[in-house]
Amino acid sequence: MLQVERSRQEKSESGFSNFKVELWKYQGELGALIPLLQSAQDAYGYIPESAIDYISQIVGTPAAEIYGVITFYSQFRLKPMGKNIIKVCDGTACHVNSSTGIIKTVESELGVIGDETTEDGLFTVQKVACLGCCSLSPVVMINDETFGLLTPKKVRQLLKEYREREPQA
Amino acid sequence: MKTIKIGLGTCGVSAGGEKTYEAVKHEIEKRNIQAIVKETGCNGMCYREPLLEVIDEGQKSYVYGEVTPDKAVRIIDEHVLGGTPVAEWVVQGEAPSEDDLFFKKQKRIVLRNCGIIDPNSIDEYIEAGGYQAIRKVLKEYTPEKVIEIITASGLRGRGGGGFLTGVKWRFCRQAAGDYKYIICNADEGDPGAFMDRSTLEGDPHSVLEGMMICAYAIGAQEGYIYVRAEYPKAVQRLKLAIRQLLAKGYLGKNIFGSPMDFYIKIKEGAGAFVCGEETALIASIEGKRGMPRFRPPFPAQSGLWGKPTNINNVETYANVPWIIMNGAESFAAMGTEESKGSKVFALAGKIKRGGLAEVPMGITINEIVYEIGGGIKGDKKFKAVQMGGPSGGCIPASMGDLRIDYQQINKTGAIMGSGGLVVMDETTCMVEMAKFFLRFTQDESCGKCTFCRVGTKRMLEVLERITDGNGREGDVAFLEYLANQIRYNTICGLGQTAPNPVLTTLRYFREEYDAHIRDKKCPAHSCPALVTYSIKADACKGCMVCAKACPVEAISGEKKKPHTINTALCIKCGKCFETCRFDAVIKD
Repeated sequence: MLQVERSRQEKSESGFSNFKVELWKYQGELGALIPLLQSAQDAYGYIPESAIDYISQIVGTPAAEIYGVITFYSQFRLKPMGKNIIKVCDGTACHVNSSTGIIKTVESELGVIGDETTEDGLFTVQKVACLGCCSLSPVVMINDETFGLLTPKKVRQLLKEYREREPQA
Repeated sequence: MKTIKIGLGTCGVSAGGEKTYEAVKHEIEKRNIQAIVKETGCNGMCYREPLLEVIDEGQKSYVYGEVTPDKAVRIIDEHVLGGTPVAEWVVQGEAPSEDDLFFKKQKRIVLRNCGIIDPNSIDEYIEAGGYQAIRKVLKEYTPEKVIEIITASGLRGRGGGGFLTGVKWRFCRQAAGDYKYIICNADEGDPGAFMDRSTLEGDPHSVLEGMMICAYAIGAQEGYIYVRAEYPKAVQRLKLAIRQLLAKGYLGKNIFGSPMDFYIKIKEGAGAFVCGEETALIASIEGKRGMPRFRPPFPAQSGLWGKPTNINNVETYANVPWIIMNGAESFAAMGTEESKGSKVFALAGKIKRGGLAEVPMGITINEIVYEIGGGIKGDKKFKAVQMGGPSGGCIPASMGDLRIDYQQINKTGAIMGSGGLVVMDETTCMVEMAKFFLRFTQDESCGKCTFCRVGTKRMLEVLERITDGNGREGDVAFLEYLANQIRYNTICGLGQTAPNPVLTTLRYFREEYDAHIRDKKCPAHSCPALVTYSIKADACKGCMVCAKACPVEAISGEKKKPHTINTALCIKCGKCFETCRFDAVIKD
C-alpha cells in the first residue's frame, strides 16, 4: 500500500507541472473544457478538486457545471484509481463469446465486485461496452494494451504477470 | 528484394502482432538480411491474426496466418532467405485456399489500402493514388459540381442514418453564414462494430482527404474529427497524419497552393455512447454534457457554435476520394436500386471467419454468413444475425436470403446501422440478448427524456424478471405497449430505437419469450435461473472434481461412483459444468 501511495504522490507532483503547461496551451480556445479535463486526468490519474478550480478560471464555467460534465462522461474519475486499469469488454460479440466467464474470473481473482479498485491499489476493474476488437472476443484492455482470445486461464496468467512486475516493497 | 508486412491494427496487436513484428525486425537485423519490413493496418482477416505477408521480387504475395514469433523466424529462414514458402501456414497464396472465399465477394473501396500500405507513411498513401482526388477537385470542379457528383453516386450516410450524403452537403452549402464547420463522427460506439477503428488505423489519409473534399464543397474552414477515447491507436495515427499534412502544406493556409484554407483538429470523446448522435456530439465538442437537442434547426443550418455544420461518418468520408477519381457512375453501378456502392461489415460472434468485410449492397445475409464468414463456429445451428447494434434488431436465420440494403433491412424491424453484424447460434438466448441491449441503452441514456430515462428502465426490469424465471402473463403486452410509447416520445435516435431489439426478438422469437414466461424454461439453455443441472450417470467417472467446485455442496457421491446434484440446493452457478472433464454434467 505504501509503495502505491508513494508513486501516486510522485505522479501528483510531477503531474501538476505538466498540467500547468496544458492549461496555458488551451487558454482562450473554444471548447477547451473536455480536453482540459482529459489533460488533468492524464497528469494526475483522476481529476482533483484543485484542478477543477483552475479549469473553471480558464474556461469561465462555474465549477458546478464542470462537475455536471465530469459525472456525465464515464471516462472521468473524481477519485484516484488503481495503478492498472482493467477494462473488461462486455460488448455484443464478447458477450456472445462468454465475456461473463472472463468478468467472473477477474472479479474472483482480484476479490472485487463490479467496478471497484483492489485493496492494494494495484488494479481498478471496469466493465465497458465495446473496445472494438470484436473478432478477437473475449477482450480485455489493461491501461493502453489490448488482449484478445482470452480464456479464464489466460486471464489468471495475465493478472499474475502484472502482479509480478511490481517492485517488491 | 522481398517485402515483409505485418498487420498491426489494434486487433493484430492484441493477438500478439507486435511480438511477431519485433521478432522479424530482430532476425533481419541480426542476420543482415536484405528485406523491407513494414507495418500495415488490418486487412480484415482478423480470424487469422497475427498476419504476416511476404511479397517476393516478382510481386507475388503470400499471406501467412497465426504467425507467432517462432513461426516468423522459420518463415524468414525458409521463404525470405530460402525462397520456398512454408505452404502449411499460407492462408492466401498461389494455390487456392478456403480463405480466398473470405475475399471473393468483397468490393473494397473504403478498405482499398488497409493491410496494403503503411498507415504511418503519407508517401505510401500518395503512391497508392492518394490526394489526387482533392487536387482534381480544386483544379477542375466547382463546389456545386462536387455536390452533384456525390449526389449522383447515391452515397448514403454510413453511420447508420442512411441519409443521402450529396443532399446533406447541399443543405449545408446553401445555409447562410460565412464560417462553416465539418465534423467526422468517429465515435463508433455500437458494441460489435469496429469498421471505423480499422479504417482510421489502416488508412487515416483516406478519411482526411474525404474531409478536405467535403470542406471545399461546403465552404468550410475548419474540420473536427471526434474520436472515441477507447481508440488510442486511431488517435495516434490521425495526429501523425495531420502533422504530415501541415508539413506538406496540404492542410493550413492555401492547401495544395489553392485559395482554400482548411484546418483539421482532433477531439477525443470521454466515454458516452450518446455522443455518436450528431447534436450530442456537437454539445460534447462545445464542452458540455452530451445531451441531444430538438431538430430543427438541423446542424446544416445551425450546428457547432451555432454555425452551419456538416457531420458525416468515417466510412462516408473514406468513400469520397474514390468516387471523385472513379466517377459517380462506377459507384452507382454497384448495389441495389436505392442503396448504392459497398458497405463495410464487422463480422463477429459465433462465426468461423470473423473480421472486416466490405461487400456490395444487395448481397444476402446467407452469403455473408456462409461464404464470407465460413459458417457457424463448431458447425452449430445458425439462429440469427444482430444488425445495427443497440438500435437494430435480430434477423432470424429463416430470412437469410434477404438482400442487404437500407430499405430491406428496415422492413424487418432492424436497421442497417453502422455495420456491426453479430452472428448467433442455437446457444444464444434471444430474450437475454434483448435484455443485454436494453441494459446498454439504459446505461447510456442521457436522461433528458422521461420515456427514455424511465421507460427503458421499466422494460429492463420486466426482462430481468422474465430471465430470472418470474415472468407473468401480460408481460409481453406491456413490453410492446411501452416500446411504442418510448419510440414516439423521445427526441433522439438512442431513445427512438432503444426498443428495437425487444420488438424484433418479440416478432421473430416469440416462442422463446413464451417458454421463459409460461414454462420457466430457456430453450437455449443460457439463462442461469432457468437451467437445471444434472449428471449423466453413465458418463460420470466419480472423480469428485465437481463436488469440490460446488460452492453450496449440492453434489454428493462416492469416489469412482456416479455423482448426483441436489436440485433443491443447486444455485445454478454452472461451476460443475465448467469443471467436468468428461462432459457428464448436462444443462436442461
